[in-house]
Amino acid sequence: MSEAKKYPAPVTNPETAAFWDAAKQGKFMIKRCTACGEAHYFPRSICPFCYSDKTEWEEASGEGTIYTYSLMRKSPTGPYAIGYVTLKEGPSVQTNFVDCELEKLKIGQKVKVVFKPTDGAPLPFFTPV
Amino acid sequence: MTIKGKAYIAGIFEHPTRHAPDKSTAQLHAEVAKGAIEDAGISKDDVDGYFCAGDAPGGAWPMVDYLGLNTKKLRHVDSTETGGCSYIIHLGHAAEAIAAGKCSIALITLAGKPRTGAMPPRAAGAEADFESAYGATTHNAYGMCAMRHMHDYGTTSEQLAWIKVAASHHAQYNPHAMLRDVVTVEDVLNSPMISDPLHRMDCCVVSDGGGALIVTTPEIAKSLKKPLVKLIGHGEAMKGPRGGKDLDLTYSAGIWSGPRAFAEAGITPKDIKYASIYDSFTITVLMQLEDLGFCKKGEGGKFVADGNLISGVGKLPFNTDGGGLCSNHPVNRGGMTKILEAVRQLRGEAHPKVQVKNCDLAIAHGTGGLLGVRHAASTAILERV
Repeated sequence: MSEAKKYPAPVTNPETAAFWDAAKQGKFMIKRCTACGEAHYFPRSICPFCYSDKTEWEEASGEGTIYTYSLMRKSPTGPYAIGYVTLKEGPSVQTNFVDCELEKLKIGQKVKVVFKPTDGAPLPFFTPV
Repeated sequence: MTIKGKAYIAGIFEHPTRHAPDKSTAQLHAEVAKGAIEDAGISKDDVDGYFCAGDAPGGAWPMVDYLGLNTKKLRHVDSTETGGCSYIIHLGHAAEAIAAGKCSIALITLAGKPRTGAMPPRAAGAEADFESAYGATTHNAYGMCAMRHMHDYGTTSEQLAWIKVAASHHAQYNPHAMLRDVVTVEDVLNSPMISDPLHRMDCCVVSDGGGALIVTTPEIAKSLKKPLVKLIGHGEAMKGPRGGKDLDLTYSAGIWSGPRAFAEAGITPKDIKYASIYDSFTITVLMQLEDLGFCKKGEGGKFVADGNLISGVGKLPFNTDGGGLCSNHPVNRGGMTKILEAVRQLRGEAHPKVQVKNCDLAIAHGTGGLLGVRHAASTAILERV
């Protein structure tokens, strides 16, 4: 199962450090632009939609639905399922689905964020509700 | 401004190897360069433009030196890197440079050894910390597209399998193809699941090898002995998750590159006699056919079924060399071979069993990167003069 899998630590950089600091507190952050109101992921300092620099960190609900997925049947670390989750707040995020029966995943399924440890900041994953 | 008719493909070469343990990557580049130069009937000292992508060891300047190109004459280089479609983009950029008088004989090379050597690493993008741990590979990134396409449009594994079946019908006549056995829809469905919903036979081969092109002015092309093939339309585009807004993995950047190329050429998909469509996976072909306008979005499954892509059987002969699904996929980059087979078709040099009659208009279209993550697309429309 994925619990045994070792994930790489994020390198982090000045633009994204706040995301990883929040992840250490178990918070899943997105960025929202106060000029156009749009949320986005992964976080940027300049809004990718309107190019305003008035972007702010916002704690997301961590809830969403599976947009799509694919179950990789074999890999050096065993099977894993990659996919996209469309967050309640709007943006879709790439992730892996964990702590579940991978063969039972479905598009449209409700999922929530769960963090997994690395040697650095923890990484966000999603698991069925 | 247009590049329509301002550049011709005068030389082509596809390396016959699919397994090259005894050669270096640079050597393969040199062998395909030599092949294309000889096919065109020019001298390497005539080359004044050089184009290569991320597969060329060290990039353009070490390659120009290694290949022994004439540096007194060479006056234009371009190392645009857009994965598998780089070479289709290079073709358009070569035409732009030729139209602008920046070069007159351009050499484009692709070569490498994913089977018997190391692949060059890809530099990390700004997204790395937010994506790399999730293990996106070609298989699962295209699998995610197929999964959503099936969900939204009812596309089936049987329909996808028809794409592989058509490629295998063509590959049986290609003596260099890695997989020459004709397969059935059942064979594809019975092959092991690799990354849902893609089976092993939905995936292209991994091969060593390469290919090269010589692109030149109309005047020089007409002074040479090869049948005349001109570029009449070209498009390029990119697509990514764009901050995660309105994610839709059922279409590709081909939805933009295709119309640009058709508009420049002044023709429509109905006019195309032969189509080279990048076939990294069966779903790649299905989505590209929709995006290019050969059928409506969501109707690709019906379009490819029942042999519609088989030369002499269906309405749109595709990848008559067997494509990436059966023949080769040098350096995991299929753009070059797409152009090469389109030129063979227009020259009348395809295998007689798959040669399209009166083939005067062809398309070569490719993608690069990961269709389910971020990618580029490029479309070239070619005409026999």
